[in-house]
Amino acid sequence: MSTLLRGAAPLGGAAVDVLLEGGVIADIGRHVDAGGAEVIDGGGLVLLPGLVDLHTHLREPGREDAETIATGSAAAALGGFTAVHAMANTDPVADTAEMVEQVARLGVLAGLVDVRPVGAVSKGLAGERLAEIANMARSSAAVRVFSDDGHCVHDALLMRRALEYLKPFDAVLAQHAQDPRLADHTSCAHEGAVSGRLGLPGWPAVAEESIIARDVMLTEHTGSRLHVCHVSTAGSVELIRWAKSRGIAVTAEVTPHHLMLTCDLLTGYDPVYKVNPPLRPAEDVAALRAALADGTIDAVATDHAPHAAHDKDHAFGDAAFGMLGLQTALGVIAEAMVVTGLLDWAGVADRMSVRPAAIGRLSGHGRPLEVGEPANLTLVDPAGSYLVDAGIHASKSQNTPFAGRTLPAAVVATFLRGRPTVLDAALAEPVPV
Amino acid sequence: MSRHLLSAGDLSRDEAVAILDTAKRMHAIQTREVKKLPPLRGRTVVNLFFEDSTRTRSSFEIAGKWLSADVINVSAKGSSISKGESLRDTVLTVAALGVDALVVRHNASGAVQRIAGWVSCPVINAGDGTHEHPTQALLDAFTLRERLGDLSDRHVVIVGDITHSRVARSNVLLLATLGARVTLVGPPTLMPAGVATWGCTTSWDLDAVLSGKAAGDVDAVMMLRVQRERLGGGSAAGARDLGGQFVPTEREYAIGYGLSPARLDLLPDTAPILHPGPMNRGLEISSIAADSARSMVLDQVQSGVAVRMAVLYRMLAGAEHPVLDEEPA
Repeated sequence: MSTLLRGAAPLGGAAVDVLLEGGVIADIGRHVDAGGAEVIDGGGLVLLPGLVDLHTHLREPGREDAETIATGSAAAALGGFTAVHAMANTDPVADTAEMVEQVARLGVLAGLVDVRPVGAVSKGLAGERLAEIANMARSSAAVRVFSDDGHCVHDALLMRRALEYLKPFDAVLAQHAQDPRLADHTSCAHEGAVSGRLGLPGWPAVAEESIIARDVMLTEHTGSRLHVCHVSTAGSVELIRWAKSRGIAVTAEVTPHHLMLTCDLLTGYDPVYKVNPPLRPAEDVAALRAALADGTIDAVATDHAPHAAHDKDHAFGDAAFGMLGLQTALGVIAEAMVVTGLLDWAGVADRMSVRPAAIGRLSGHGRPLEVGEPANLTLVDPAGSYLVDAGIHASKSQNTPFAGRTLPAAVVATFLRGRPTVLDAALAEPVPV
Repeated sequence: MSRHLLSAGDLSRDEAVAILDTAKRMHAIQTREVKKLPPLRGRTVVNLFFEDSTRTRSSFEIAGKWLSADVINVSAKGSSISKGESLRDTVLTVAALGVDALVVRHNASGAVQRIAGWVSCPVINAGDGTHEHPTQALLDAFTLRERLGDLSDRHVVIVGDITHSRVARSNVLLLATLGARVTLVGPPTLMPAGVATWGCTTSWDLDAVLSGKAAGDVDAVMMLRVQRERLGGGSAAGARDLGGQFVPTEREYAIGYGLSPARLDLLPDTAPILHPGPMNRGLEISSIAADSARSMVLDQVQSGVAVRMAVLYRMLAGAEHPVLDEEPA
């Protein structure tokens, strides 16, 4: 199968023809001969390396009513992703080689994106004993990202040992930074004027920042590699900036929702806005945008967290944490970062593909748009728009906080090793259920 | 008035005064031998309580019955989550029984607002988590007006655990609407985040406030109940334990923030003392203060029925029964 993208603009630059053949970019030029290739009119469209998500909850095994690896893969492809990292907080937890291999296998069967399993840091995410990190790293799933996401590795000694233990594998520990004493499981709203008025248990910024401060020191001490999940506060940005200036091997991600939404949305107590870490005030949003623009924050990661409606049909404090993210990520980044002039499309490619792939040690993704490189690509209409309708999401769940909004830029096509997974903004083939 | 009563902040000054004026007429009925009025005959009011309550539930029950409504108490404590049922399913099930109004208490902030979005009947917030308790604020305002008249420029001091108090939040909103000035007093660990945005004076020094030195002369003082169950104390740690997480001990709290006889003497003789009950005597309020002539605690309970009658009447009967001065049925 070969495809010719006629007149698309790599990273938003000058329009060229791009030929995809044999799973790679076979030719790039002003007037490439189509030959027998299927031709896609790329006029006015931006060509990006396929997006890579470092933080996705696919819910399988355990909560297949909320999402499966197949439906989550479909949402990812429609969102322009060619690779996702599937978080370990499934049931059972992905804390053994057998579990991560099973997740990877189901990803291959779905065939829409490369599903990279994340392994648990601690057995059962309990924060007490190390999980079988080496076995997961050596397995056929070749895990390179370890995280207890949803839980913070709060014990300083276990954190230190985990950082040390994963060094032989060039792996990274992705920390969910939340001191469980300063912000416990009931903490559900940014601690501030809004939480005080609403009477919701506060989740103070310092609960995140104090863990990041400790963890960058432990990372320096152990000479290991740390990735900070879903950074949400201006103070966290300052700490990461400081750590990088010291040469500490720390990277960080921010979610689209933390770049767009603020805690003022909580006044209606609608749990669609309940997420962990919580939505923060506008000053934090501004600091996160600036940090993503200047590279202090390396990557955008969705924290796509599908939940069945009946897990959200509760009082705010009783409802599940999390929101969908895969199908809206690019549009939100376009609105928060591109329309505002903070990033150009090359910058988007860097933060949503190149750097996340590098952090996850994911070969074949986030590569330059050059001849011979794997054809993992996303074609975006920068002038297009996307009306978010929870009902038409490929995800099994509908908990998007952006429902009813029109987001700029639309994913037109996605290619996984040259094969179209999305064409004309729809799945190229029906999803196997 | 609005379809629901979810927050004291939803009431305009005119609406609040109208409720309080209606309550005044209801209050007069309470002294009659036959107390029942007909306006809600054939109507069904459900007290849907997800959290234990004796006082508020009984008050709403009597209020409904004196207006001739059929009042059903549904205790849903431990429902929903523990049975795996969503709150929405629980509430829609109750509403489907044929309900004209829901009076809801829930242990989670915002739960009642959520419920109001799911059902078609009026919903009254009887206390949601640490958020609001608007009928408590109305009965407190009623009690204060009985003693002080118009509350414009009156100075009300609210003392205790502001962070966990729905009574404080509703009172702050309603008292502001009625033109009163509020000072909040409590230890720093029990002052809510962002309290500086509430439009109140705040202080950690009860003596300075009561003596008028900190925030001007005091017209009334409201002592909040110390909620052991929200402070990590309570039964597991012993009934008289405060958990040691927010304040060290009962003794230290009483010394710092209890309405002792000495502090009673700092107050003007005319200043009423309010407490939403149940009182922890010897902790936030001394018996001498609780039993003094200035204590309005039992007046508050009586006002509570009148205010809840007024709320139910105005929400459910409204224009159909414009005249309340008719003889009891």
